[in-house]
Amino acid sequence: MALSTLNSGAEHAREKIVRELQGTRFDISGFIFRFSLIFGLGSGVLILGAVMWDVVGDGSGFLFDRGWEFLTGNASSRANSYGIFEGLRGTFWIGVFVVVFAFPLGVGAAIYLEEYASDSRLTRFIELNIRNLAGVPSVVYGVLGLAIFVRALDGFYPNSIDRHLGSTTAAAGATLAILVLPIVIITASEAIRAVPQSLREGGFGVGATKWEVIRHHVLPYAAPGIFTGTLLSLARALGEAAPLILIGGVLGSLGPKSSLLELEQLGERFTAMPLMITQLAKKPAFIGDWNSATAAAILVLLVVVIAANLIAICLRNHYERKRS
Amino acid sequence: MEPLTQPNEKTIATTRPKIFEVTNLNVYYPDFRAIRDVSLNVAANEITAFIGPSGCGKTTMLRSFNRMNDLIPTAKITGTLLYRGADLYNKTVDPVEVRRRIGMVFQKPNPFPKSIYDNVAYGPRISGKVKKGTEMDDLVESSLRKAALWEEVKDRLKSSALGMSGGQQQRLCIARAIATNPDVVLMDEPCSALDPIATGKIEELMTQLKKEYTILIVTHNMQQAARVSDRTAFFSVEVEEEHDSRTGVLVEEGPTEKIFSNPNDQRTENYITGRFG
Repeated sequence: MALSTLNSGAEHAREKIVRELQGTRFDISGFIFRFSLIFGLGSGVLILGAVMWDVVGDGSGFLFDRGWEFLTGNASSRANSYGIFEGLRGTFWIGVFVVVFAFPLGVGAAIYLEEYASDSRLTRFIELNIRNLAGVPSVVYGVLGLAIFVRALDGFYPNSIDRHLGSTTAAAGATLAILVLPIVIITASEAIRAVPQSLREGGFGVGATKWEVIRHHVLPYAAPGIFTGTLLSLARALGEAAPLILIGGVLGSLGPKSSLLELEQLGERFTAMPLMITQLAKKPAFIGDWNSATAAAILVLLVVVIAANLIAICLRNHYERKRS
Repeated sequence: MEPLTQPNEKTIATTRPKIFEVTNLNVYYPDFRAIRDVSLNVAANEITAFIGPSGCGKTTMLRSFNRMNDLIPTAKITGTLLYRGADLYNKTVDPVEVRRRIGMVFQKPNPFPKSIYDNVAYGPRISGKVKKGTEMDDLVESSLRKAALWEEVKDRLKSSALGMSGGQQQRLCIARAIATNPDVVLMDEPCSALDPIATGKIEELMTQLKKEYTILIVTHNMQQAARVSDRTAFFSVEVEEEHDSRTGVLVEEGPTEKIFSNPNDQRTENYITGRFG
């Protein structure tokens, strides 16, 4: 008798627990939150997809028809003989300037800020300013480039075919290198800051000098982050149009054609892919197939930028494998 | 200033030479004094354990012995710390040279993201004293043997050190520390991230290693101090209410047996019997 009441009591308690554990809660705010996240992602993907669809649809046919001629030809007044070689060449040299000047200077500055500079008020002030510089509109860098590289350094460029002040390929490359410098410094700083202190201590602990710790441990560990950041900033530089317009990029044909790697052109007038696209887009659509030419030029620039990003991803993966 | 010289043949005499003589050592951080007026001697081929509650400055103390505190630019040190008679904090002393003689094993295993071989070979390689090839191979093997790791890793020396278990990684860090042929090995809670079996292996290793090296170890585990150390230093915290600051002080130091069975100071007794800390 006593045992059975005990049993039924235990059974009762179990049923109560089971009842309480069965939730019928409908988490309405959680649902809305999740839905809005998906909406955000979806609209981004949709817009990007629409742009790509439009550009590929308009440009791919033109690009395949003209093919190599489109890439190696000079600008022309007729859509079906237009070539973007001068723009590609300018964009190529801008990339070279960014890689040669902005990357070493930016990574160097980041290493100094993170590993050597003392945590003083001055250091923090400089860091804050670099962050602000990264947010300065690119047009402002155009004004800076105009003042420094075009006007002030005018006398340094060897005189070429026509006297045209200093609106040269070199001035364009230098301006865009300056433009991305703060971004390079910030991303490299963050990559270096993410290196665990224990790794540095391990190096110091076996008698490595500061330079050896940085060279053998900090930089290899930070390399994936540094490469990702710097090459993304390269992609940004290749796509900029506004500062180039300000420093006097040519919105038309440059005249005589010099080849891609000729150093002479550093002192000559320039144009670049974003400038060409701007120019192409302004042409009246009813006179020729400028629409398709514009889309084709955009496609080429997209491929160049995506290639830069692919290189970034490959380098990142390579160095990530090395550190595991 | 006399230059740091390579230690001579280690004597296993009954009167062991003094490795460290610490007198009135203070370490200051910008807003507080981490340790105050520590005086302490360490003899060769002994294991000295630093025990005490959290925040008592024992890790700061340990890191003073190979100038790891230099990595914190705001830390300031007063007092003298002699290593075999040479003042480690003399301006002409190169901390890099100090750390080659006084190696360190850290709280969390921190192998380099390189191969097992390269982890051990790194120290000798940068010191430039050991040639590549068989000489380096032999050194790597002997270091791994001393760290009781050789048998487990001899077939995968070229694979990444990060693929090892925590206990293996810590023994690798010990191998890495002794590969530079140091005089002293500092260990900062080397077993705190390890399971009991790995801990046992490391403790066994320590008693092996003390034949060749002098070992200083910080530990939170009092049983560990009692098991492995010859001498024990007990640190405590003094809290100043008015400045809201904490300072580590050395309460007493002596043979481990005495510290654990019959300490002089009431604070030591309280800590050891688990009444505080």
